[in-house]
Amino acid sequence: MTGEAGRRVGGTATAPVSGLPENAYPLPRVPAYPLDVARIREDFPILRQRVRGKPLVYLDNAATSQKPQVVIDALTRFYTSENANIHRGVHYLSERATVAYGEAREKVARFLNARFSREIIFTRGTTEGINLIAQSYGRTHLKPGDDIVITVMEHHSNIVPWQLVCEHTGATLRAAPISDEGELDVDAFERLLGDRTRLVAVVHVSNALGTINPIKRLVALAHARGIPVLVDGAQAAPHLRVDVQDLDCDFFVFSGHKVFGPTGVGVLYGKEALLEHMPPYQGGGDMIATVTLQRSTWAPLPAKFEAGTPMIAQVVGLGAALDYVSQLGLDAIAAWEQDLLSYATERVRQIEGIRLIGTAREKASVLGFVLQGVHPHDIGTVLDDAGVAIRAGHHCAQPVMERFGVPATARASFAFYNTRAEIDVLVDGLMTVKKMFA
Amino acid sequence: MARLSALYQDLILDHNRAPQNFRQMEDANRKVEGNNPVCGDRLTVWLRMEDDVIADVTFQGLGCAISMASASLMTSAVKGKTRVEAKALFDRFLGMITGSVEQLEAAESLGKLAVFSGVSEFPIKVKCASLSWHAMKAALDQPDAVVSTE
Repeated sequence: MTGEAGRRVGGTATAPVSGLPENAYPLPRVPAYPLDVARIREDFPILRQRVRGKPLVYLDNAATSQKPQVVIDALTRFYTSENANIHRGVHYLSERATVAYGEAREKVARFLNARFSREIIFTRGTTEGINLIAQSYGRTHLKPGDDIVITVMEHHSNIVPWQLVCEHTGATLRAAPISDEGELDVDAFERLLGDRTRLVAVVHVSNALGTINPIKRLVALAHARGIPVLVDGAQAAPHLRVDVQDLDCDFFVFSGHKVFGPTGVGVLYGKEALLEHMPPYQGGGDMIATVTLQRSTWAPLPAKFEAGTPMIAQVVGLGAALDYVSQLGLDAIAAWEQDLLSYATERVRQIEGIRLIGTAREKASVLGFVLQGVHPHDIGTVLDDAGVAIRAGHHCAQPVMERFGVPATARASFAFYNTRAEIDVLVDGLMTVKKMFA
Repeated sequence: MARLSALYQDLILDHNRAPQNFRQMEDANRKVEGNNPVCGDRLTVWLRMEDDVIADVTFQGLGCAISMASASLMTSAVKGKTRVEAKALFDRFLGMITGSVEQLEAAESLGKLAVFSGVSEFPIKVKCASLSWHAMKAALDQPDAVVSTE
């Protein structure tokens, strides 16, 4: 291998940025945050390419993020010199793979500030994490007349698993409303919490609107009534410092591929006391203590929830990704992205005919909009020709589209490797769209 | 930009802005809904068949410029055609937008519809350009149906 172990990532250490206003910065201000973005961009080989003859401007980070060389190298290194199945062989490679897999779990636990690494369960992604809770926790605790509370701004992956479990158990799914700005109506949320509410499942950062929900407050409201809370952290983990003990949430799920790691791996954090009492989600190898033809007993956490050979290489790659973002520092990342979002918001808002979808006071990294007279897909196609990758569609959040009365939106979503210059390219592209469809 | 202007030709932009036959049909005897769940495009096509001839055809819906303009031009192209003629036209149109029919040949036999030849360079737009045609074809075969391009 090339000497990647000693490779420095862009930026300097993890100095926290303090005293930043939450949202609005005066436009001309040049941010002085400790991220060397020019240097960081060199860590991402895909960003060097040209598409449609133009430099790639990748603004579809909420769909998936790009991978730094250290993650690509971790995968290569694993398959080149460490690959074996874990927890089985007595041989050298199996031992190495098992250690690498276990180390990644420790990294995730540190990343989320979980109390114990056995509270970290590897899944295929956010979707599987939510399905695991729905099937294991939900089916155990829900009875006819019970309910689950979500919000109108959930991704389909935090709606459909609950509908499935409600259908099975006779429970009811209730959704707390959101305002015209895309903020959760916390009073209405609180009113939905009743004697029969068994679980709250709420998104941390909305993928369609960018809204950051006040998770600590929601958790406190739910806990005051003895209701556990699942947080969909798919869009939070890449952009915010997450401390599950501080949030005091009971479950937190996220996906590896959105946090600069490989696809096919995700994380479910659960409080030990809850996970201990939940039945397995899937049966198979690795999750048992003993098996006879009559009955089986379960392995302790976390193995109880990891049936079968897991995605070992992806888990190792995720560990490398979390090392990378931790080295940049989530506070520095959040500050840089807030600046990008403010700049993009101001510039895009000034375009005549633009309507921003999602204007919450607390937002992260997502700029959703529609342009009068132009379908979002046409915006996407014209921008693509300029080398700009955005997402157009319903963003797997059809109830959000319905709430705002639009069939679809265009969405630019940012990561720490994006720049103001790229937002200028986006704005130029939008001017081309306007000219073309005027 | 050249690739882009080959897709979004003026005729397409015009039909997107002001689609023809964009209305419900009160005396229709065929109605089909078409939808593309991935991009969220939805449209309804109404037909009035008189014997074997498409006496009238209209549509309504929401979608990108390609799907709106294609539906608009489809309605004028198949109006007055027999069932067999309309289906044959659809086959040629589909051949052109998927690139399996020579562009020149397509241009000769498809008239105004040749404006969609640029779609063959945008595989993702094939579904948009063909949605209304699939709906129209389904309406020829059965009076009430829902078609999906997924």
